[in-house]
Amino acid sequence: MAGESFLVRVTHADPVTTSVKRLRMQAIDGKTLPPASAGSHIILTLKTPNRLLKNAYSLLPSSLDGGTYEVAVLRTEDSRGGSTFVHDALSEGSELTISTPVNLFPINRRARHHVLVAGGIGITPIAAMAEELFRDNRSFELHYCIRNEPNGAFLKDLQARYGERVHLYHSDIGERFGVAKALPQQRIDTHLYVCGPEGMIGAVLNDASALGWLQENLHAERFLSPGGGDPFDVVLRRSDIEVTVGEHESLLEAIERVGVDAPHLCRGGACGQCRCSVVEKDGIIQHRDHYLTQEEREAGDAIMTCVSRLKGQRLELDL
Amino acid sequence: MSLSTIEVDDVRHEFNSETFRDDYTFSNSPEAIARFPFPFDRDEYMYAVNIEQHMPGPPKSATEFPIDIDEHYVAEMADRARVLKEDPLRCQSLPHMLMAEWDLLDLLMTSMARDYPRWFSLERDGRKWHWINRPLGIEQRFVFGDPTTLPQGPMEYVTRQCQGDFCLLDQRDNNLWLDAGIVTSQADWSLDFDLGMNFIEWHGPVPLAHNMNIFDRALKFLMNLQQGRPVRRLNWTMTVNPRLDTSPENYHRWGIDRTTVTPENVGDKVHLRVELQALWRLPRSNAIVFSIRCYLIKMGELVTQPKWARRIHRVLRDLPPELAEYKGLTNYRAATLEWLSQYDDGAPTSPGFYPD
Repeated sequence: MAGESFLVRVTHADPVTTSVKRLRMQAIDGKTLPPASAGSHIILTLKTPNRLLKNAYSLLPSSLDGGTYEVAVLRTEDSRGGSTFVHDALSEGSELTISTPVNLFPINRRARHHVLVAGGIGITPIAAMAEELFRDNRSFELHYCIRNEPNGAFLKDLQARYGERVHLYHSDIGERFGVAKALPQQRIDTHLYVCGPEGMIGAVLNDASALGWLQENLHAERFLSPGGGDPFDVVLRRSDIEVTVGEHESLLEAIERVGVDAPHLCRGGACGQCRCSVVEKDGIIQHRDHYLTQEEREAGDAIMTCVSRLKGQRLELDL
Repeated sequence: MSLSTIEVDDVRHEFNSETFRDDYTFSNSPEAIARFPFPFDRDEYMYAVNIEQHMPGPPKSATEFPIDIDEHYVAEMADRARVLKEDPLRCQSLPHMLMAEWDLLDLLMTSMARDYPRWFSLERDGRKWHWINRPLGIEQRFVFGDPTTLPQGPMEYVTRQCQGDFCLLDQRDNNLWLDAGIVTSQADWSLDFDLGMNFIEWHGPVPLAHNMNIFDRALKFLMNLQQGRPVRRLNWTMTVNPRLDTSPENYHRWGIDRTTVTPENVGDKVHLRVELQALWRLPRSNAIVFSIRCYLIKMGELVTQPKWARRIHRVLRDLPPELAEYKGLTNYRAATLEWLSQYDDGAPTSPGFYPD
């Protein structure tokens, strides 16, 4: 079920800000990394000392020819240690396994105008979109919310390349992307794309909906990491295997750890590929995905293994 | 630019000289019959989401390579050129599909040059590309991404040199949209009519399958199609005379043929028409290319494989009437069955597609 993967070497690793590190990667097994469309992400397999992590990162702008990929990773105090590992353990020459790009946040090419909104490290897919739109000579504007200028990853590059299309908002002096101000000025065939912290995405989408924007013109990508929780046991009925999901491990990662090839794609609760039927459970499913409908969540007979967990002791899956 | 006559003559004789209209001189060599993608793996047929990975098949089979070029290549390309000359609307692309067109050009040229180096070559120096097509005598230098450096749009340019119809599907609003394509060898559907429709809309006319939720499931599957993981399926119908262009636009030219079948001419006139359909996720545009490669075989050629002869007789005999009507078989089904029955002794057939 897993897509094609590539073995890559890090050819450049440099700090973009004090808390953001950029990695450039090239294939080392004789393959060429294919080009990628703006909004794509890849999965990095990170061999941390404690566990194998598979984290999704958006790609920075890609060339038409492909050949290299770049990601930018923010150091966070997440429980899993993925970003810490990228910052402390990866450098030029490091070797990694990455997935083929997947795009769950594509540009709508029929739009006549594009409003790009980024908060913090959410700039990575947004920068890729800006570059693609710029290259194709399409109409766009970029709203970038940062704490302050030293914290704004790629800020100077973006301003130099896209000039007055770039609008900045400094949160440390209380500036905020003015949804209500910016959006009513737009034509009906404008599309909006937002990536950043959950609270910001929610606010932008809510405000836009309240202003009468069509849902199909609004696009968001959430940086959803699996997050931890209390350990629980999972029984894979068809494989006849039982395994304990650790507190810093996702259900999907635990399933993969015992060698079962479970379906998955985005690893971020968005695509729906990893949906799995629940046979039995003795607790409550903590649905953390953006895929299942409210009704499906309440039914409790399906779980997205990449991000969701059981609050309980034992979960039995049809796997 | 064109290649010297000598270099073209060197490979031209490897392809059939034949027609798909007027005098209908099309035929399959014994090798082409042996590699025909026979679509029935059992003695009955019903719809299924029969999608599988587009993995390399056995050597010399129609799926050995991702893009199949065979003995009909030169004649099919000549037929496509005639269709386009008479009706330019067989090739259309909405403005937002240009990047997908370049993706398609990359996919086809790269595959053809890699898998058929005797016939095609591609040299890439950054964005400067150099393409040679020996069977058609074409040489072209162009800048990838710059449409002014090609004589036609990228999709039209490359598909005038590749067997099969091609549709480019844009993915947005949780659906796939048929926003570009070149369609000259189709089983009675119209690009001009379907252009801009979504997946559910353009499958509207298909009977039975909607109630089986086939299209909802297939759509969901395709929207998650990944780069480097193409998929394929076989589809089939029947055609009277080996005509590639059985389009609604030209129905007045070929529809009447369905009334010309007699028990005496079934072997030569009635053809099984198989479509090898494949889908790829395209890297730069995130679009999907849907290729529909048509293979024709006369009943007289098909029955040279005893297993296929028995099986097609049973499949056609037991086909639900809605499907027979949808596939346009009603007029000549009885005559065809009568002719095929002489090759069906009732013996059991082995499972699977391949001949015994």
